[in-house]
Amino acid sequence: MFTEELLNQASSLRQKWEDEVKKTIAKRADQKEKWTTVSDLEIKRIYGPEDIKDMDFERDIAYPGQFPYLRGNQATGYRGKYWTFRMFAGMGTAVETNNRWHYLLKTGQTGLSTAFDFPTLMGYDTDSPKAKGECGKCGVAIDTIDDFRDLIKGVPLDKITTSMTINPPATALWAMYCASAQEQGIPLTKIGGTIQNDMLKEFIAQKTFMCPPEPSVKLISDTVEFGTKYVPKWNTISISGYHIREAGATAVQELAFTLRDGMEYVEDAIRRKGLHVDEFAPRLSFFFNSHIDFFEEIAKLRAARRIWAKAMRDRYDSKDPRSWWMRFHTQTAGCSLTAQQPYNNVVRTATQALAAVLGGTQSLHTNSLDEVLCLPSDHAVQIALRTQQIIAEETGAANTIDPLAGSYFVEALTNEMEEKAWEYIHKIDEMGGMIAAIDKGFPQLEISDAAYKFQQQIDAQEKVMIGVNKYVEADEQVDIPFLEIDDAVENEQLARLAAVKRKRDGRRVAETLKDLENACRRGDNVMPYCIEAVKSYATVQEICDVYREVFGEYRDPGIY
Amino acid sequence: MSERRIRILLAKPGLDGHDRGAKVLARCFRDAGFEVIYTGCHQTPEQIAAAALQEDVDVVGLSCLSGAHKYLFPQVAKLLKDEGAEDIVVIGGGIIPEQDMDALYEAGLKAIFTPGATLDSLVEWINKNITPRA
Repeated sequence: MFTEELLNQASSLRQKWEDEVKKTIAKRADQKEKWTTVSDLEIKRIYGPEDIKDMDFERDIAYPGQFPYLRGNQATGYRGKYWTFRMFAGMGTAVETNNRWHYLLKTGQTGLSTAFDFPTLMGYDTDSPKAKGECGKCGVAIDTIDDFRDLIKGVPLDKITTSMTINPPATALWAMYCASAQEQGIPLTKIGGTIQNDMLKEFIAQKTFMCPPEPSVKLISDTVEFGTKYVPKWNTISISGYHIREAGATAVQELAFTLRDGMEYVEDAIRRKGLHVDEFAPRLSFFFNSHIDFFEEIAKLRAARRIWAKAMRDRYDSKDPRSWWMRFHTQTAGCSLTAQQPYNNVVRTATQALAAVLGGTQSLHTNSLDEVLCLPSDHAVQIALRTQQIIAEETGAANTIDPLAGSYFVEALTNEMEEKAWEYIHKIDEMGGMIAAIDKGFPQLEISDAAYKFQQQIDAQEKVMIGVNKYVEADEQVDIPFLEIDDAVENEQLARLAAVKRKRDGRRVAETLKDLENACRRGDNVMPYCIEAVKSYATVQEICDVYREVFGEYRDPGIY
Repeated sequence: MSERRIRILLAKPGLDGHDRGAKVLARCFRDAGFEVIYTGCHQTPEQIAAAALQEDVDVVGLSCLSGAHKYLFPQVAKLLKDEGAEDIVVIGGGIIPEQDMDALYEAGLKAIFTPGATLDSLVEWINKNITPRA
């Protein structure tokens, strides 16, 4: 990338600088010996042309909208459109969540994102013994399409895109969305949104699972196929690194495992469904964490785009540039927030949000300052959303595309992230793919190692969390408004569910569930059957019980 | 015969999968010389109580980050009590609001650890408060 002359010049200047460093250190030692990222990647004191001399501008950097898309997919960057301000929201009943959604839309949010409660996430109804105590606590409780209609009330499904963080029962919830659109006379070709629907990261990190990995991936490929044919504007998988990182992974692990998961889905859809990669790959989307180490995160996001573009073109022989684009949502790191001195979390989130923007995210959720303690209050959510608006419209961060390109440090770090990610990807290839790696417990143990090491470093004060292990306020009284879900929500939801079960045509429900079961046994695409089942008021659990019956249940092996 | 080591059952009751804390603790307790049994995510209180009895543990450590601790933690303590195993010490951790603490202690939990507790402080608590049963 540089002329011989420039490199020679840099080399001689560098020698002088190094001499100066030695002299200075002799007088005043560095504050610490090793300077590392939050992921424990060692960072050098300085970076120069010599660190990126092997880069080729056209091959490795280029311009936005050009391969390898390091600098972004869109030629116009944020000038054409800011990232989507998409706040994750859901609590209590469908009616309560719908109110929060309308509040967010009024506040300037541009896309919706749904948090479901644990019973819904795990495919259990509110009246299941396993659901006791959990209803509405961490998200909205959805049992039947009757709840779903209340959830989306007043939301123009053909104008607003909605993301649903739902995994094992993704087919059921997506079926409710599709059926609701049809009821409103909106064709499936007009609706847009995302279902997270990424089971591999569940086995690796988030632990919301139902069936074993193999049939779980089969159900995902069903949605990919159905979306490709009938719901072309829908992102049928949001391949997620967020939870992998929250479980304690390093930035490199997050990057590598997420992209390798993505490759697994691509390979399965090609192999199982006979689809051509370019039929479905343009609708794959990703979801990353933006953690506290500013440059590491920017480098990670930039590297992600370049790795994916190369993998799609070279590994899967994709010809359509839209398949090469990595489109992703980012969420600031929940695990970086502290219960202590919670107002400091506003600063952490702002820094992480800026990193996500400088990394070129297409969509962003900013955590609220109180999320480490409880569900976010309206006021805390407003500050979090305003943080994004300030970054977009006040700071100038969106003025130019990929402003850190060409920085010796950022480019070198981006390269390092990519190299280390490929090492993991190749290792998982050698194991026989991600499902085989999960069966061996490989990604799980790598993450456990990293999480344990980080906690030890925190305890030893080798890594700092302000308010937790440094600048601690003795006898701190945390005094922030506390949003709590009333236990009455559970009874309210139980009554709703009971009423639906009384009113519905039981025979019709049994029929649609039997049809779904037969489709599962035949290996057919489950989506059309799922839509019929939800229309007959089959519950999320009734649908998931069919899957559990046919495909079996996965139990947490408890690897640590 | 060598001295019996402290046996700890670590468990995640309920449906939440946030197991980072439980797994870090499992390693920490193992490194501290305790015998650790980790039963994984998504355990019902009944499963946890049964495992605690079967494994003859000294302590049950419960981790919950979903907000359902108010039901799940006391339920485990109650089931152990019903089985006459009150000598098994039940402790808990996770996102536990200050205002819920009294009810949990009343229900029989002996300690609650919240974010910011160091690994050392947990090991110290166990060593100070638990005597391995003969």
